Amino acid sequence: MSREEMDARAKERLVGIAREWYEQMRDGVVPYIRLPTRTKRNLEYDDDSEVWKYGDRESTRSAATEKSAIHLLKMAYVIGFLKQQLVENRSSTLRELYYISEGWKKAKFAAQDESNLLIEDLEIITEMQREAFHLRPEEDGASIFGPLRLRETTRRGVKEIHCQEDVGEAGYPIPNNVDNLEFIDHDAKFVIAIETGGMYARLMENGFDQDYGAILVHLKGQPARSTRRVLRRLNESLGLPVVVFTDGDPWSYRIYASVAYGSIKSAHISELLATPQAQFVGVQPSDISDYNLPADRLTEQDINALKAELTDPRFATDYWHNQIKLQLDMRLKSEQQAFASRGLDFVTKEYLPTRLSEMGVI
Amino acid sequence: MVIAEDLAREQRSISVAEFFEKNKHLLGFDSPTRGIITTVKEAVDNALDACEEAEVLPDIFVGVKRVEDEVYRITVEDNGPGIVPENVPPVFGKLLYGSRFHQIRQSRGQQGIGISAAVLYAQLTTGTPARITSRTGAKTPAHRFEVMIRTETNEPEVISHEEIEWDRTHGTRIEIQFRSTLAAKKRLLDYLRLTAIVNPHARITADIDGEITVFERASDEVPPCPKPVLPHPHGIEFGALKRLAAASTGTVEEFLVGSFSRVGKKTAEEMIGLAGLKPSRKANKLDSNELKRLLEAMQAVRVPAPPAQQCLSPIGEDLICRGLEKEIHLDFIKARTRPSAVYGGHSFIVEAAIGYGGRIPPEGNARILRFANRVPLLYQQGACAITDCVSQVNWKNYGLAQQGLPVGPVLIMVHVASTNVPFTSESKDAIASIPEIEREIVLVLQELGRELKRYLSRREKKKLQDDRARAVCSIIPEIAAKVSEIVELPPVDTTPIEGKIMRKVVAKKRTVDGKVSIEVNNYTGKEVEIVIYSLSRDTAEDAVPRPDFVDSIDGEYNKVWRCTLGAGEAWRVLYTGTGEGTLDLRGVDDGMKVVVDLDV
Repeated sequence: MSREEMDARAKERLVGIAREWYEQMRDGVVPYIRLPTRTKRNLEYDDDSEVWKYGDRESTRSAATEKSAIHLLKMAYVIGFLKQQLVENRSSTLRELYYISEGWKKAKFAAQDESNLLIEDLEIITEMQREAFHLRPEEDGASIFGPLRLRETTRRGVKEIHCQEDVGEAGYPIPNNVDNLEFIDHDAKFVIAIETGGMYARLMENGFDQDYGAILVHLKGQPARSTRRVLRRLNESLGLPVVVFTDGDPWSYRIYASVAYGSIKSAHISELLATPQAQFVGVQPSDISDYNLPADRLTEQDINALKAELTDPRFATDYWHNQIKLQLDMRLKSEQQAFASRGLDFVTKEYLPTRLSEMGVI
Repeated sequence: MVIAEDLAREQRSISVAEFFEKNKHLLGFDSPTRGIITTVKEAVDNALDACEEAEVLPDIFVGVKRVEDEVYRITVEDNGPGIVPENVPPVFGKLLYGSRFHQIRQSRGQQGIGISAAVLYAQLTTGTPARITSRTGAKTPAHRFEVMIRTETNEPEVISHEEIEWDRTHGTRIEIQFRSTLAAKKRLLDYLRLTAIVNPHARITADIDGEITVFERASDEVPPCPKPVLPHPHGIEFGALKRLAAASTGTVEEFLVGSFSRVGKKTAEEMIGLAGLKPSRKANKLDSNELKRLLEAMQAVRVPAPPAQQCLSPIGEDLICRGLEKEIHLDFIKARTRPSAVYGGHSFIVEAAIGYGGRIPPEGNARILRFANRVPLLYQQGACAITDCVSQVNWKNYGLAQQGLPVGPVLIMVHVASTNVPFTSESKDAIASIPEIEREIVLVLQELGRELKRYLSRREKKKLQDDRARAVCSIIPEIAAKVSEIVELPPVDTTPIEGKIMRKVVAKKRTVDGKVSIEVNNYTGKEVEIVIYSLSRDTAEDAVPRPDFVDSIDGEYNKVWRCTLGAGEAWRVLYTGTGEGTLDLRGVDDGMKVVVDLDV
């Protein structure tokens, strides 16, 4: 689809919401909107796309109370603003949108979270992504280092970059709009997504990318949408297996889950963001005991998070239930970098090769 | 032996006055600041008691004036019956002298300590005598005394006595000087305000160092003065029984029937039989063992409750509400007076009120107002049975948050009236925990809690309705405007939605570009006759249609329109103005109308 067609479709779908309200009011009906409920309980596995999406639970927001009426008023203002932006072919960031609302009186946002959520609501209703509305996130994507050559269309022209030869030690930074990226060729066997900067640098320093033909992707904690989309495209279009290497605690498992299955917040675009084939490397709770890793006691919050994961549909497998229960028994957690206790080379020479061949990746 | 002899030389009797000189705190004189409040309290208590006995509407003046550094003169004057000249010196110059100690009825003062303790306190701190002026009627002259207390003997010492001219025909005035500060000024005013609340028939004028506050009366009815009753057989102790028996001249049976309330011939016979005595015995000839048996028998026999109607004087639900409303602005108020009850032979009545909203601070614990025999209790809230009972009630059931005490804009008033209020100490700050009294307090609070809950849920419903009205009348039109702009179609009309949702008479005020418009839509199925009131600084001289009536007060104009609207009809007025002020609609039930100010 061309850029113009894309813009026209975005505009048409946004205005469509307003048109529905117009008709409701014309018929003497209090305007309302239907949305799937965006909670863990409303996540369902979609067999076709193999990702977790919102289920059938819907909530209706009707302008019959002051609070809901103001919510609809805000949505109307945002639609008006986005329509104008599409017509004038301009773009803005989520943060800018929040500031623009300053002048909207009753429709002004109280916090940026509120405007971000509203944009996600619009993505769900229009079945389009915010990039289609010409909205950019503030966050930058993570970085890539490995035997991969790609082409990026920038505002200053088209650039070709090799992610080992043409980049510094920080790697190639993933741009916000991944649609402007094209993969040319590669010499890789798999992709390894890494949670922490320390481990990413360790693998780079130890030449893990060269020795095993690995594309290293630094997730920078909970990965941004652009990072997740790059992982999906590396998996889908280049056919490379993706593995995720994180710390051994409940929060890190959620990082893996958002890469593999999609997050609760953005389940409406799981198909675009999630990489169902992604596999979890570690740190597994069993690694903590098997390798006798230095560990910390689980906190109260850790324990609650682990228990919540036992009821999370994304973790409803025997593997995860066993690992989580094991961890709850041990009451311990370890960081990726705890492998350093057995020497700086241990993770690249022993742990990863063993674990990856066990998983059938190498 | 030697030590005992030494000690014996030092052992001697102590006069009450000496004892209280050393134990001022027992009477509420722990500090100079509190001293002012206690003195005013004692004098005002006496004044109110005296007026009640004489059945006059109390008109009380309270003055606190600085005479020199840290020395204040306290004046309390009433229009009561006055005190005969012979009795003035002992009433003010002798501790434990009073008329009500031996009476069984509800009264503020009881032991005859309070005001003489204040006189004693004054003479301790400044060495000056108390000056008392009193007159008993138009035909008698007024007498002025200067009185001090001889602490060693607890006897009054008259410094001077003269007849004077006084413009009052009857009443008493006391002036006392002592060393103090005005740090407790706010507390003093609080005390007077609380006194005014539970004595709605009294007018109290306070002049605190030149600053005058008047607490007006809310009722012109003098409450009936409680009549003394005979002791109840269940409320008597051995000493009192012995004394009464010794003073009796008749038989045991005559003694029981004649000296106790609710004891008839049958009951007396039952008691005498149970005690194993002969009915013909003379009561004053009974020995200690026989009296003990008689006392046990008196307690054991069932006797009806004492005659509470006579000896107690509750404030009453209506007057409690009026008293509270005149001093504290409240959105909701409800009072309850419980039927009389008995503890240990003493009659008592519990009354309480609960107030919500208004000027009560919305944050923090509920405000608790405690009263005993129409006297406010200011100190030791935490040690009082009333506070304890308030915490015992589960207020969450009644829609209030609770952390021990209920939390929020709530006021709880509890009044315990009794022939013998069980205080925890002589300073009369807190009520002791007596199970019978606590039970009554909890019950009355639960009754009021249910009333409060009913009010709160009605208010919640009203809030939901208002919320809906705001959404429908104010925000949906804005959504309509924005949406019409987006879809590039003519502005969609939202009045059908309004009518459908509201089904009421809706009045809206909106100001655009210096033009105020008021629109009334009758969305009900019936014709209504309404009056529209718009109160603001706008004169509305160019109003179309013209107001039927305009009233101006202090630069504000109350514009009144009348109109009759058939079902589905609308009425509209437009005039130049700022749009501030208020809009009101009358002629339609509250439940059937919605007034929305779109300028707010």
